[in-house]
Amino acid sequence: MSGVRPAARRHLLSIADLKRDELVELLALADSFAEVVDRPIPKVPTLRGRTVATLFFEASTRTRLSFETAAKRLSADTMSFGASGSSMGKGESLRDTVETLDAMGIDVMVVRHHSAGAPHQVARWVRAAVVNAGDGQHEHPTQALLDCFTLREVLAERAGGQAPEDLDGLKVAIVGDVRHSRVARSDVLALAALGAEVHLVAPATLLPCALEGWPIAGAGAELDELLGEMDAVYLLRLQLERMSAGLLPSLREYAARFGLDAERALRMKEGAVVLHPGPMNRGVEIDASVASSPRARVTRQVRNGVAVRMAVLFHLLEPAGSTPGSPEGLAGVAR
Amino acid sequence: MATTERRTARADGRVFRSRAVVMDGADVRRALVRIAHEVIERNHGTDGLVVVGLHAGGVPPARQLAGLLSEIAGREVPFGTLDAALYRDDVTLRPVLPQAATHLDHDLTGKVVVLVDDVLFTGRTVRAALDALADFGRARAVQLAVMVDRGHRELPIRPDFVGKNLPTRLDELVEVSEEGVVIGDLVTP
Amino acid sequence: MSARIAGAVVVRGGEVVSATGTRRADVLVGDGIVQTIEESLEAPSGALVLDAGGCLVAPALVDLHTHLREPGAEQAETVESGSRAAALGGYSAVVAMPNTTPAIDCASVVRDVRALAETALVDVAVAGAITVGRAGERLVPFAELAGLGVRLFTDDGTGVQDAALLRRALEYAGDLGVILAEHCEDASLAKGGLMHEGSWSSRLGVPGQPALAEEAMLARDLALVRLTGTPMHFLHLSTAGSMRLFAAARAEGLPVTAEVTPHHLSLTDAELASFDPLFKVNPPLRGEDDVAALRRACADGLIDAIATDHAPHPQEAKEAPLEDAPPGMLGLETALSVAWEALVAPGHVSAARLFSLLSGQPARIAGLESSHGGPIAPGRPAQLCVFDPAERVLVEPERLASRSANTPFAGRSLTGKVRHTLVHGEPVVIDGKAQR
Repeated sequence: MSGVRPAARRHLLSIADLKRDELVELLALADSFAEVVDRPIPKVPTLRGRTVATLFFEASTRTRLSFETAAKRLSADTMSFGASGSSMGKGESLRDTVETLDAMGIDVMVVRHHSAGAPHQVARWVRAAVVNAGDGQHEHPTQALLDCFTLREVLAERAGGQAPEDLDGLKVAIVGDVRHSRVARSDVLALAALGAEVHLVAPATLLPCALEGWPIAGAGAELDELLGEMDAVYLLRLQLERMSAGLLPSLREYAARFGLDAERALRMKEGAVVLHPGPMNRGVEIDASVASSPRARVTRQVRNGVAVRMAVLFHLLEPAGSTPGSPEGLAGVAR
Repeated sequence: MATTERRTARADGRVFRSRAVVMDGADVRRALVRIAHEVIERNHGTDGLVVVGLHAGGVPPARQLAGLLSEIAGREVPFGTLDAALYRDDVTLRPVLPQAATHLDHDLTGKVVVLVDDVLFTGRTVRAALDALADFGRARAVQLAVMVDRGHRELPIRPDFVGKNLPTRLDELVEVSEEGVVIGDLVTP
Repeated sequence: MSARIAGAVVVRGGEVVSATGTRRADVLVGDGIVQTIEESLEAPSGALVLDAGGCLVAPALVDLHTHLREPGAEQAETVESGSRAAALGGYSAVVAMPNTTPAIDCASVVRDVRALAETALVDVAVAGAITVGRAGERLVPFAELAGLGVRLFTDDGTGVQDAALLRRALEYAGDLGVILAEHCEDASLAKGGLMHEGSWSSRLGVPGQPALAEEAMLARDLALVRLTGTPMHFLHLSTAGSMRLFAAARAEGLPVTAEVTPHHLSLTDAELASFDPLFKVNPPLRGEDDVAALRRACADGLIDAIATDHAPHPQEAKEAPLEDAPPGMLGLETALSVAWEALVAPGHVSAARLFSLLSGQPARIAGLESSHGGPIAPGRPAQLCVFDPAERVLVEPERLASRSANTPFAGRSLTGKVRHTLVHGEPVVIDGKAQR
């Protein structure tokens, strides 16, 4: 098969690189894979013979497992590389590490790194397609895709089945540590590109220091004013080290101002949902009773993560010129 | 007619030009009725039958076939659709397009599946569909119904029910719709 | 022209740059000094004739801020390779920064670096650290080092965080005729910052370093100069706010000077969108408003010097992730072209003023004005930079003389080329090629 490797390989490094139509296409593609995930045998032979390597230079069991599950459900071989216990610990540079793996003939490298932009750097050095699985505080594109996919499901429920193309008119509040959150950066871009109205809610110390150019409807520290109007509330995980950095006085004060407790959940719109990228700090950004209420779509996000990542892997390994969603895709097949 | 319009617009700019109408709408309808009777005869009724249309061209004739079978037998024959794109052996060779068109609400174990496609050509799509079906259970038997068999098989696959055997050249194109079957070529306008 | 002149060189056909402007003239050099300047002069027999047609013949440049990396990081640069890069960039003298390993904080290291520089293509002046090991705790022996001729003292790489310690340094060194130079960066405000804090850092999720980290320390230091009366030089100022603070200090008459770098005059934080560590530098590349303010300050005469902050790093260090890569970029071989594009080409300053910023004024700050920085006049040491502003040069990192390749201008085509460089009358660069 090596002779027919697609020439033009793309990467998924940042939501900022994607236009609205591409996001719509990826979500539509994810619909196919969501159906596969629900089958009795949730596996298709599509990427047989391809190899997907996860390179996690920062620990994250959930994201890594999600990507590996997605790859396996497409029948790709998987390899995993972690920074601890590897040659990176012996002083090998990032470039040497990824070039070595590239020489083994890997098709996709899924890269998680503590430094913003590391996947961009890797993409300049390797032949494989690179997927950004979270880089520093920059982006986490597949998280944003699965979040949008989950919100699209919510709209489908309201419409009685048929999912709309995009998220036009949906109102979403992203609450918490936006400044240090790669999830928030990707979500803001993806939600806005798909037509959602995005509000940021956080104390000034946790908002980005400059918001020019951010496609948002507003940013502020008042959750209660917005709560009744939102179709979705996206709670970010609060990293506990923010307290020691002097960005917050205490967990207690944060929970009181920004935590989604049962009382606040009651004031949410009918049908409004709660999303969280996990893992949750119950009792801090989200109350345990809210986390287990029907509003919470957290487990649905996890399930959709596999489908969306299948779509991404498939999309990157498609032959050049294939345009999912366009009728030529099938019409080009002579019968 | 949506199907034809879609198929006339190609990524490479070429268009489909029809050369001959080999079946008209009535012929297609008659062929489906005949196939329905053949299916019932072969299976001694409709017990345990599931009609599965192969995406995309096989879906309309499969829906009609399921309707005819239900009519003749006097009770509902289950119908589903299947997209075999993810099972093709040429995913890396050319564009494929999964469209979430698989709707199989039935466990196929022990059932007789009548797989329906519009045109049987190289056999590769059917091969992929057989793999896909296996993931939905162990069918007792799979029978293949096609509107047109145009020859040029590349795999040991043969149809059980055929609307029309149509000798063709490799470079010709066959289009099937409710309005009929048309043979033609791809030309640069 | 009767007496035979040793090593006679005629620089022919160029426009000679002076403080007031340029004039068409040939320059005869010999015995290490400028002999005569005439509109058209006959080459003495045996003289080397260098074509300067279409070129500016200017005083060779003086860099106040060069990291030669020796001793300690010879894989990145050496005195030899760095001085070669300097000569190719049109320089006749550089000030070697003291953040080596060990730091230049005692007489023996000063002597070692001087010894390495004896055969260098350009003159190398040595700057000393302010504190021992640049650790910010104990003062270096200022008087002993001043006795060896050290003029500038700096803990460059970091600022002196302890205000009381800097106050004592200024008081102690006040009557030694030396200048303390500050890298303004408040460590607590800058902590963790990998780029300029602004809309780009917010968007890219890269931890930012606010302009305030520089400005807060600059304001503190200006107050200390007011208190002690000891002159200070401010390294690589980079923000519009710093320009305002510095302008006020100048208006007040404080004994202060300041430099800016070519990269802060030409590049912005938008470059970091590539996440390429080549653009990671301290102070970080700033916003467009800051670049505009720096250019204005050069035009207004507020800024005294353009200094490179030439900071070589080996390739593997600059191929690390942004967070791990060291800050710094090469400058010596591109400084004149970059500054020309930023200041002269858009009409902010005249060519004569640019050479004053790159040569005459830095030479005075470094105390090298007796032998460097012009003017080009009979009897003066012959340090010449022959620059062709019409030629364009593609920056190819692997072809630079520096041992390192971390130029942010890689692959760009720059305006202007240094054709010849003469150092003490010796043509060390001819037609863009180092002669030894």
